[in-house]
Amino acid sequence: MPSGRRTRALIGSPGAGLGLAAVALVALCALSPGLLAPADPNEQRLLARFTPPIARTADGEFTVLGTDQLGRDILSRVIHGARTSVLIGMSAVLLAGSVGTSLGLTAGIRGGVADQLIMRLADMQFAFPFILLAITIIGVLGPSIRNIILVVGLSSWATYARVVRAETLAVRERTYVDAARSLGMSLPRIVVRHILPNVSASLIVVATFGVAGAILTEAGLSFLGLGVPLAIPSWGGMLAEGRQFVDTRYWLALSPGVALFVTVMAINLIGDALRDALDPYLQTRGTVDRF
Amino acid sequence: MRPLCYVPLVLGYLSRRLAWAVVLLFGITLAVFLVVHLSGDPTALYVGPEGTRQDYEIVRAALGFDRPLAEQYGRFLVRAVQGDFGRSLRHQQPTLPLVLTRFPATLKLALAAMALAVAVALPLGILSALRRNSPLDTVAMTLALAGQCMPTFWLGILLILVFAVQLRWVPVYGGEGLASLALPALTLGVWAMARTARITRSSMLEVLPQDFLRTARAKGIAERHVILRHALRNGAIPIVTAIGLELGNLLGGAVITEAVFAYPGVGRLAVEAVVNKDVPLLQAVVFSVAASLILLNGVIDVLYMLLDPRVRLA
Repeated sequence: MPSGRRTRALIGSPGAGLGLAAVALVALCALSPGLLAPADPNEQRLLARFTPPIARTADGEFTVLGTDQLGRDILSRVIHGARTSVLIGMSAVLLAGSVGTSLGLTAGIRGGVADQLIMRLADMQFAFPFILLAITIIGVLGPSIRNIILVVGLSSWATYARVVRAETLAVRERTYVDAARSLGMSLPRIVVRHILPNVSASLIVVATFGVAGAILTEAGLSFLGLGVPLAIPSWGGMLAEGRQFVDTRYWLALSPGVALFVTVMAINLIGDALRDALDPYLQTRGTVDRF
Repeated sequence: MRPLCYVPLVLGYLSRRLAWAVVLLFGITLAVFLVVHLSGDPTALYVGPEGTRQDYEIVRAALGFDRPLAEQYGRFLVRAVQGDFGRSLRHQQPTLPLVLTRFPATLKLALAAMALAVAVALPLGILSALRRNSPLDTVAMTLALAGQCMPTFWLGILLILVFAVQLRWVPVYGGEGLASLALPALTLGVWAMARTARITRSSMLEVLPQDFLRTARAKGIAERHVILRHALRNGAIPIVTAIGLELGNLLGGAVITEAVFAYPGVGRLAVEAVVNKDVPLLQAVVFSVAASLILLNGVIDVLYMLLDPRVRLA
């Protein structure tokens, strides 16, 4: 599909438009939370504890989404939580994408033993219950942003490897690759100039869904107390804290949940539109990883 | 081909699957062993921060952590084959029986979630396909997309808020019988429900325009039978495959749901093991769940082979 029509297909889809708007807002929060947040996300004001949404706290300040059990402003924590989610989501996908693409390219180009080995490793990865693998590694390494990026990134390389390998197998048989080879072009140059550009469409689609999956996984691990340390605001951590007061102070768990749901939904809408615009043959691949 | 001719093919297929299952199990023991041993000092995990130097030395020698890594793995493998993953540091009893006593609860939860998912997703997917691009289709598929994007733990909290706190239809935590299973099963099943509905719709959309359905209608067969007996049966293979894979996902993914509802299953045991740094228990949980998933995948493969002759002959 020509690039102009692709862009029109992407922007013209109402779902993608909504998704792009929501993602832009989340990106803005992630890039400059200090500008948007009305308060310090970690400032504890015991007088202001459990103030409901759209109300004034006992010390006289207006709060939009209410305050939590320590009097911290929930809106500010949700805005700062976006940074955690985006940072982990993007970094994990970069890691998984780099590892998966390299292995997928190697498997697709080399074939033979390398292909068998890499694909069996991918099968093994798929057979292993992901969440158990994640909590095992985090349990041993300890929870931190770096470890979560490592766990989520290294646990999802197999999807990228499979997609890239399949695309590479198809592309390497094309006549222009034969032509480049017969002209004496080196293998790395063939990969960079001819193979990678042709697998990038599928890769972008898978990576888009991957970001949503990674954000959900981070939130899930933080919810279990195995994710981001409590001092850093994260949507999963806020949900875990809010759960303890769900019967009397519903707003503690409501806002981070809405933020998480809207972000994941928005990324998926963009992913769906990208899939339709870039690669109509990817229709059967699922949306986000389960969590 | 006569049925007896299938036997060598089926046996060959089964033996290949069995060999692969053994390789997978071997890989999983290696992964569990490496995660614990290469991430630092495993003795420190067992002793904990309060342990003295003397405790450290005793545990290190008793558990064989002073031996070469290959020897340690060999011993770990021999014990694992015998079902011995050591004693739980917290519960002070053998780990495998501890895991096995929690397994029925998780299995019950996963099966209930799957039954709920299929009961909703199949009719929804079929109706969406039959009324493609209608308001019903749009609403159903939007709900399905939302279901796939919904964080399990948030959905669980919302369900508790509505059905346990506000309406008081079910207990917040614990309870017995169906009431205790309803919210966890719904929470766990929503993702599978959404995915199965989408797959059912797309599978039915592929089958519906085909000629054999026109022939069936021309023969005067009632529309209900055309859809259920002819269309659904031919569109069933991807749906059955997806359901089988989802059951595996539900078993593995029950960790979060069990944590939300304080449900006494294997997932909660795993989280407890991580929180308490109970390494032997964690190893037993991971190995047991992985082994049961491999077994489940094997059963699905065999069922798939029985359903679809092309797999048998491949």
